[in-house]
Formats: sequence, structure tokens, C-alpha cells
Amino acid sequence: MKKLMTGNEAIARGAFEAGIHYAAAYPGTPSTEILENIARFKEIIAEWAPNEKVAVESAVGACYAGARTLAAMKHVGLNVAADPFFTMGYTGVNGGMVLISADDPGLHSSQNEQDNRYYAKMAKVAMLEPSNSQECKDMVIKAMEISEKYDVLVMIRMTTRLCHSKSLVEEGERKEVPIKPYVKNQPKYNVSPANAKQLHLVVEKKLDELRKFSNETDLNYIEWNDKKIGVISAGVAYQYAKEVFGENASYFKVGFTFPLPIEKIRKFAQEVETLYVIEELEPFMEEQIKAAGISCIGKERIPITWELNPDIVKRAIFGTENDTIEYDRSLVAGRPPTLCAGCPHRAFYYQLSKKKDTMITGDIGCYTLGGAPPLNAMDTVVCMGASVSMAHGAKKVFEMNNDKKRVVATIGDSTFFHSGMTSLLDVVFNNGNTITCILDNRITAMTGHQDNPGTGYTLQGEDAKIVEIEPIVKALGIKHVRTINPLNQKETKEALDWAYSLDEPSVIISRYPCALKKYTKYDLEEFGPLEGYCYVDQDLCIGCKKCVSTGCPAIHFLKPIKKSSINKVQCVGCELCLQVCPVKAIKVGE
Amino acid sequence: MKNTKNILLVGVGGQGTILVSKILSTGLVEAGYDVKMSEIHGMAQRGGSVSTQVRYGEKVYSPIIGLGEADILVSFETMETLRWLDHLKPEGIVVINDYEIPSAPILMGKVEYPEGIIEMIQEKAETRVIKAGDIAEEIGNPKVMNVVLLGALVKSMNLMDIDWEEVIKASVKEEFVDMNIKAFRAGVECVAYEEVKS
Repeated sequence: MKKLMTGNEAIARGAFEAGIHYAAAYPGTPSTEILENIARFKEIIAEWAPNEKVAVESAVGACYAGARTLAAMKHVGLNVAADPFFTMGYTGVNGGMVLISADDPGLHSSQNEQDNRYYAKMAKVAMLEPSNSQECKDMVIKAMEISEKYDVLVMIRMTTRLCHSKSLVEEGERKEVPIKPYVKNQPKYNVSPANAKQLHLVVEKKLDELRKFSNETDLNYIEWNDKKIGVISAGVAYQYAKEVFGENASYFKVGFTFPLPIEKIRKFAQEVETLYVIEELEPFMEEQIKAAGISCIGKERIPITWELNPDIVKRAIFGTENDTIEYDRSLVAGRPPTLCAGCPHRAFYYQLSKKKDTMITGDIGCYTLGGAPPLNAMDTVVCMGASVSMAHGAKKVFEMNNDKKRVVATIGDSTFFHSGMTSLLDVVFNNGNTITCILDNRITAMTGHQDNPGTGYTLQGEDAKIVEIEPIVKALGIKHVRTINPLNQKETKEALDWAYSLDEPSVIISRYPCALKKYTKYDLEEFGPLEGYCYVDQDLCIGCKKCVSTGCPAIHFLKPIKKSSINKVQCVGCELCLQVCPVKAIKVGE
Repeated sequence: MKNTKNILLVGVGGQGTILVSKILSTGLVEAGYDVKMSEIHGMAQRGGSVSTQVRYGEKVYSPIIGLGEADILVSFETMETLRWLDHLKPEGIVVINDYEIPSAPILMGKVEYPEGIIEMIQEKAETRVIKAGDIAEEIGNPKVMNVVLLGALVKSMNLMDIDWEEVIKASVKEEFVDMNIKAFRAGVECVAYEEVKS
């Protein structure tokens, strides 16, 4: 029987069936569950890498060593991994290799909505775009065949909607493929300039062969219906087009989107009256189709920004909309995401938010929410690891400009391992004077609690060496380091005051587990269980809203009586509000 | 596609919409429908507004439900109904949980929780109000609120031919099976036969 699977589960199933031996990734929404699902298959070595570049490089090593390999990441992860990715375009493979790029149109959980299809073109790498879970699975298997036949890296471009929507998949058997022998081959694998110069000629030849393949493969197919309208589409946008046009249009479904099947498209275009190109985000296909002298309508109509859906396509093409119920939408209050009740980040940011004349550089993770009201304790967020290096540059310029402003970087544990370490080295090496705060909540929280080098467990939950942050920081050359419990506000305040008093770079490690984390034996040993709850003694409450200013979602200010109240179900007993209350109206429940 | 049915589940991160959509889609697949389901993970889950979309029929293309397309809107939280009401067909059904979770701006006292939502929605659409929180409390676990709503949903959509109790048994841990089946039955009872969509 067919099974309902998310796109991510289907990619994992495809990896299993395709005989993949080695897979690596760094967690990132919407791609995270790919590796989590691959980890269930004992036949595959599956690993969380500290970052995407490391994931791709380890997969490249495994590929050269003869294995079928996979690396997965979110779209911005490929920016981190771009270096090995581009060169893989030149060297090609030994065992087959597929790279999954999970783009995020609509920025559900990302800092931009870059269209990674351009990466495939720029790196001269073959590309596939599935449009449902079945295709996700099938295309991993197909990618392996293409990779080994044409000696190329194959990228599969996913999007959030594909990663996280479920549709039916027919499962198959795993096809065991022997690991290929490794043969030293410097002209192919050692891209010194003389070799790479020749490899560029090789890759252009490979692209010619791939263009031929693209025009012949049934990954790119035509569905003939009425010929008045022709639609060229790929990815989940194809499903939206089918929803909107039904049988009133003929379709050119592109599954192999780089190199594009331009000759096959040209023939299709000749048969239809009006040709639309319906693709999410950038006019990737449209530009190439127009450059080939084929006239079509694309981004003149279809928005270039945000995620598409059938409504948007319908409105863009036909100018029609569904009937909806009319009502006053302004009645609905916003419901932005917040730091959870008991989140250790809140306790840290609460103290940091009190510091005056300070620039706070932030980073990527749950703690990015420290920038939201009421804490507002973050000025900038750019990319993974940027907080530490941006703080350094900003501080240098403030000093040059005789501005005494202090600069504080805040970065999570997993993000520090990902790309904060080299940034901290920059601070030390260039005589910087920043305060780096590593918010170590003992897990990669935002993406759903993945283990990292600091947690003591591998992707499969097996024991791993625990990498401690404090010795790393010291080894990088930081002299002033303190590790604190952020739930202890006195200790947190003292640590910040201490750091501000120094004229040299310092690091504060704010160490306490995520409030949602399932405690490991190490956590229980170090922190004990987080238990109990707090309540407001309303006879004592003066309605000053200090507790409300922590932004804890368990605390509700009851306007009619001007008193605070705490939701017992949500409260985990972190006691931040208890420390903040000026009249001791908040107490620990029995 | 005309014969495709659209179910929109909305609520607040942590309310258990995912378990309901899992049970729902499993039952629909076993009944032989083509099914697509879509939900968003990640940042929105941290106490934010969440939605799960389930589409079923002979052949389903898009995994998402557009404006004015939902046959039924099941709202796990009162105010969330209003955020998503524009996705309902004008002739569609609303199953609304009489259960308020104040959002951050409300908690901070910046804005008030809107009043009279249920009455307003009753004027606009065919509405069933369910106190799933109270029902779940009576059963003995506030967490089974989600399965109470599932019961009301499948009854409203005339999907009682499917053996939901079997699906529930296979979807939750053994020690929670009885409680969830009780919750499911209580939800089913909330909808009268004359209210079932033909």
C-alpha cells in the first residue's frame, strides 16, 4: 500500500532505496527531517556535521572514496557550502553524489528567499525539481543514475511546501550498490590550477551531454490537452498550475531543470497559442526560454516575491478570485512566535536589555526572538555566526569614531560550533574588544532539538564525546571567560557588569538547557530536573507589570483588576518573574 | 478539482493539531482517497499561529487550501478562527473550540482579546461551538481536547464510515488509547445528525 510521506521523508526513503552509503547535513528548516529519517536506516552512515560546508566536504570525501553519498541543507546552508559545491562541479564524482537544497519561498523560517536554482547553473551542476513526495523519492534514485553516468554532482531543489507537505508514495526495495574502488587520480580530484584548467573543458563537454539528456529524458514530459494555453512549470508550482488550469491547458512539466530541455520546449511552444511559465520566486526558466528566442509570459504576471499558491496563480492569469466571507480582519490580534515559558534565553536577554549605550548583534536560532518585544534586545541578525564578527567590526569603527558604545554579540551553542569559532578568533587576533555571549541551551533547539558536538550524542543517539565550549574559547585566546546560570539573575547581572568593566574581549557562557528539552543523564546530573511552578499572590501584587516585561507567555496581565496572573499549566518554574518582582508577590507553588 | 474536499485545522503551536491531522490523513488514505496534507514547522511553532491543511478526493494536486476554498474550518482556539475565516467557502462549516489562548500582545496588556467572536462568526457561517476544553477536562486530561475536535470534524464531514477508533489505536501510545477514544466519541456526540454535511 502507498504511504503518506512528507517530501523530506520521501527523500530519505529515496536515499535508502538508491543504495546511498553516506549522508551528512546540518539542521535547518525546512530540510532538517531528511537526515533524521535517513538515520533510521542502519545501511547508511548518517551524520550531523557542525556546518553545511563540513557536511558537503565529508560527503565529497566519501564520494571520492567510492560511496553513493547525499548532503542536505536549507537554501542559505548552500551559501556556507558554496566553496566545495562549486569545485564539485569541476571534479565530478566517483560514487554518485546528490545535494539537496531546501529553499524557503515565503520565508517561513529564514532570513531571505534566495532561489538556489541559480546555484546549479553557476556551478554547472545538474538539477532536478520534484513536485510531490513520490517524485522526491524517485528523483533521488534517478539522481544517482545521472550522477554516475555523466560523472556530475546532482542537486535536487526542494521548497518548504514540498519538504513539509505529505502525499502518497509507493515504497520499493533498497538496491545495494558496491562501493567503487578508489583510484588515485590527481588530474580529476586535485584541482590545482593546471588540472582545474583542463577540468573546465571537461565540464563544458559534460554539460553538452546533459543538454542532450534533458531533451530526451521522460523527467521532462508533455501532457497534451487544449492547445490554446501552454504551461511550463516545475516543482510545487506545477501542482498549483494543474489546480488552476485543470484540463484547459497543455503542460510541459520540467523535472530536470538544469540544463533546461530548450529544444523540447521550443517544439512545445510552437504547438500552443499562449505560453505561460509558472515558477516560484525567480524567472529561472523564463530567462533561459526567452534568451532562446521563445516568447512566453512569466514574471509579467506571476509574482517574483513570496510563496505561490493556486489563488495567486489564478488571480495573476485570469484576474478572478474565489468568493470569501467578508469580515473585519482588524479585530484579530497578532500572534507572533515567542520565547517559551521557562526559556533560559529570556532570562539572559532580560538582563542584557537593561544595558545602555550598547549595540547587540544577534544570530540565527530561537534566541533571535530576544529581539522581539518586550525585550527588544537585539539590533542585528544577518547569518549564522555573524554576531561575533559583526560585533568586532562595529566596535572597531565605534572606537575609531571615539564612541564609547559597547558591542555585545549573542550566539547559540550550535551556531557557535557552526561558524562562531572562527569569528571569535578574529576578535582575538585583531585585538578586538567585544563581549561575546554564548547562549548554550545544550541542544540545537529551533530546528526541533538536534544533537550537536556539545550534547554528548550522535544523530542516532549514540554516545559521542562532549565538546566543552569554555576550553575552546580559552584555546582561541580569550582570557576572560565566565560560565553562568542565566536563571540566576544576580549572577547574570554581575557577569555582564564584569564584562563591561573590562577593556579586553570577554566571553560569557550562559548555560542552561532549553525548557522544552528532554533532559539527558548529563543534564540531570548538572542541572537537576526543572520542576514546580510560580503563582502570583494577588493581595501583594501592585500591578507594576515588571513580570509582564519579561515577555513570558505564562504571565497574563489581568487588566480589569490590574494584577498579574500565571498560567500554572504553562509555567515550568524557572523563577525569573519571581526575581524580577519588586514586592515579592510571586511565590513558588507547592 | 471539484470533487476535492478541503479541511483546514488552525490553532496555536502546541495544541496538538499535528496528531489530529495525522489520524485524519491516515484514515482517509485507508478509505482509498488521494490525500495531501501540508503544515509548516519551525519558527511559527514557538507559540505562534499554526495551520494544517488536509485535502482529499479522487486526485489532489495542490497541497494547500486557498482563500474561500475550505469546506470546513476547525479552529482549536477562538480568535484563530477569525484569522483564517477568509479561507472558508461561504457555504462551509466552522467548528470552533470555545477556548481562548491570549497571544503575546494581549498578555502584555497592549491589546484586548477581541470580544464576541463566536457570535460574529455564527452570523457569517454555519457554526458549531464546542467546549472541547471542558469536555477534555471531564475525561481527565486537557490534552485530549484535540481528539474531541477530531470527532466533531469527522462527523460534520460525514466521514463516519471510516473506523476512526482503529486509527486512533494505531496512532497514540497504548496507555492513552482509552482516553482518546472517549474524547473522540464525545466530539462525535457534539454534532447532531441533521448537522452532517451531505
